[in-house]
Amino acid sequence: MTPLVEMRDIALSFGGVKAIDHVSLDLYPGEVVGLLGHNGAGKSTLVKCLSGAYRMDSGQILIDGQPVTITNPRDARAQNIETIYQTLALADNLDAASNLFLGRELVTAAGFVDDDRMEAETRRIMARLNPNFHKFNVPVSALSGGQRQSVAIARAVYFNARILIMDEPTAALGPHETRMVGELIAELKRQNLGIFLISHDIHDVMDLCDRVSVMKNGKLVGTERVTDVTEDDILGMIILGKKP
Amino acid sequence: MTDTATGGTTRKSLTGTLQLDTRLLGMIGAFVAICLVFHLMTGQRFLTPRNIFTLTIQTASVAIMATGMVFVIVTRHIDLSVGSLLAVCSAVMALVQVWVMPQLLGLGIGHPATAPLAIVAGLVVGTAVGAFNGWLIGYLTIPSFIVTLGGLLVWRNVAWYLTSGQTLGPLDPNFQLFGGINGTIGVTASWVVGALAVAVSLWFMATARQKKAGHGFAVKPLWAEGVMMAIVAGLILGFVAILNAYQVPVARLERIFAARGETLPEGYTEGYGLPISVLVLIAIAVAMTVVARRTRFGRYVFATGGNPEAAALSGINTKLLTVKIFALMGALCALSAVVASARAANHANDIGTLDELRVIAAAVIGGTALSGGVGTIYGAILGALIMQSLQSGMAMVGVESPFQNIVVGSVLVLAVFIDILYRKRSGALK
Repeated sequence: MTPLVEMRDIALSFGGVKAIDHVSLDLYPGEVVGLLGHNGAGKSTLVKCLSGAYRMDSGQILIDGQPVTITNPRDARAQNIETIYQTLALADNLDAASNLFLGRELVTAAGFVDDDRMEAETRRIMARLNPNFHKFNVPVSALSGGQRQSVAIARAVYFNARILIMDEPTAALGPHETRMVGELIAELKRQNLGIFLISHDIHDVMDLCDRVSVMKNGKLVGTERVTDVTEDDILGMIILGKKP
Repeated sequence: MTDTATGGTTRKSLTGTLQLDTRLLGMIGAFVAICLVFHLMTGQRFLTPRNIFTLTIQTASVAIMATGMVFVIVTRHIDLSVGSLLAVCSAVMALVQVWVMPQLLGLGIGHPATAPLAIVAGLVVGTAVGAFNGWLIGYLTIPSFIVTLGGLLVWRNVAWYLTSGQTLGPLDPNFQLFGGINGTIGVTASWVVGALAVAVSLWFMATARQKKAGHGFAVKPLWAEGVMMAIVAGLILGFVAILNAYQVPVARLERIFAARGETLPEGYTEGYGLPISVLVLIAIAVAMTVVARRTRFGRYVFATGGNPEAAALSGINTKLLTVKIFALMGALCALSAVVASARAANHANDIGTLDELRVIAAAVIGGTALSGGVGTIYGAILGALIMQSLQSGMAMVGVESPFQNIVVGSVLVLAVFIDILYRKRSGALK
């Protein structure tokens, strides 16, 4: 089977610091691959090359076996790659619908943004993702952490993503909401999406992922199937940077 | 969809039911208070048709630029060069009128193509300089404060160089129609414009309501919609009525009739009606409001102001957006230059001096936050009107010049402080 995403030999330096040092990863449809590592290991930087936030210095990205060029977030979106950033990347002064459709606004026949239709669509998807969400007409700065997270998640899943990047999706959430995100990931898996899940939490990763890749100091330590390793093995990889 | 039915029926204050912006109400309240105080202090000379007419034409130039400054400040930039840019545009337009058309092309004074060509030339120069500023800021990442501080010096002196420091005039008679008192559309046409404006406003309010109801969203009660419609219609027609009530002086009418070879009939009167410069301002205000609220460009302006990083990650080309915003600002400087130089009937070297401060103050008093992401077009215009009212009210009362500026400066600081308090209380600022 052809991988959904192949990242081959990706390298990126920031002023002499090798943030990503020739890393290769792949992702299959219906698979969740966890990315683990300390702060500054290069996990977020690596997926930002895929989401178009950074431009890699060298390396190659293939989608469905075809080489693609991703130099900005629009390129990534055109490949049906959606990202939930750790910072959520929401414009705090705009409401949920404006954020959900930011950069992809629904417009009327005359070319004006159609706020009513966007709100209706937002209400529809939120009814599915977070039925307790009712604050549609206030800036997202007035929302709780969990509500803001659900806006960011709604934005990623609304546009028929095939590849989903989730950077610490549960960092700001309580236990109940964390469980909801877990259920969502399972459902998206059934819909054959490929998901990169960046996390600090080894338990999360062992529960939700099929494979786990560990990074340290910009290098890939290794990629393992979660069924083949124990949590201690993974911890060893993270701390010592050695394969079990 | 079930929550929509209950959403609107909870207990609400009157302003909540009418869905009025409380901040706007506060500003209108302050404005009315200023007017009333001056009206009493000037022996009831402030709120007369004549003075209101004068106020509107004095405000137009700064208000036109303030609408563009809203976008600039919303995206966390500043433009200190607008006064100088106005001067360059004015200089170029004056050169077209007094040198290029009559002398270089030999078309003589008062050729019908002079005014349109002059305005186009001004717009081209203003937009180009603005776009250049935007390029320096967006693509070369030089802070806007520095780029436009440099621009303040550069363009003021480019204007000086272009005209050798001379006052150019008189400007083309058709061009002067944009100046205010020399270009009004008369009583009948003003009523027609007013009636059309009422019709269009009510139609928009009705269709917006219908569209919301069609999606099953909560709409305000019918009576509240009716009240809002009545207020809007009343304001528009009231404004027209006031400007129509300002009578052309008899001496001036006599001169007009004499020029036509007629004598002034006994008891004949004529009102001025809407000045063309004010119509230009209203058209710009409506267009800019539509741009801000109903176009992708406007949405991106506010998104970028709220969170530049999020905007970029959403695929918005924030560099190009910056160029567009400053180009728009430049074009508005050009239109403002039309109004300002036409009002003066000539181009003088010092035209637009200190306008950057008036424009920024108008936008900020009007509720545009320097931290970005927040601001309204109507607020900026109201801000410009408040500044102008203070200035001319104090002049009428006979406040000494230094005190006038001391008051205006203090009001600016006070307005921003009140705004901060308001936002803290309403939870918009943490």
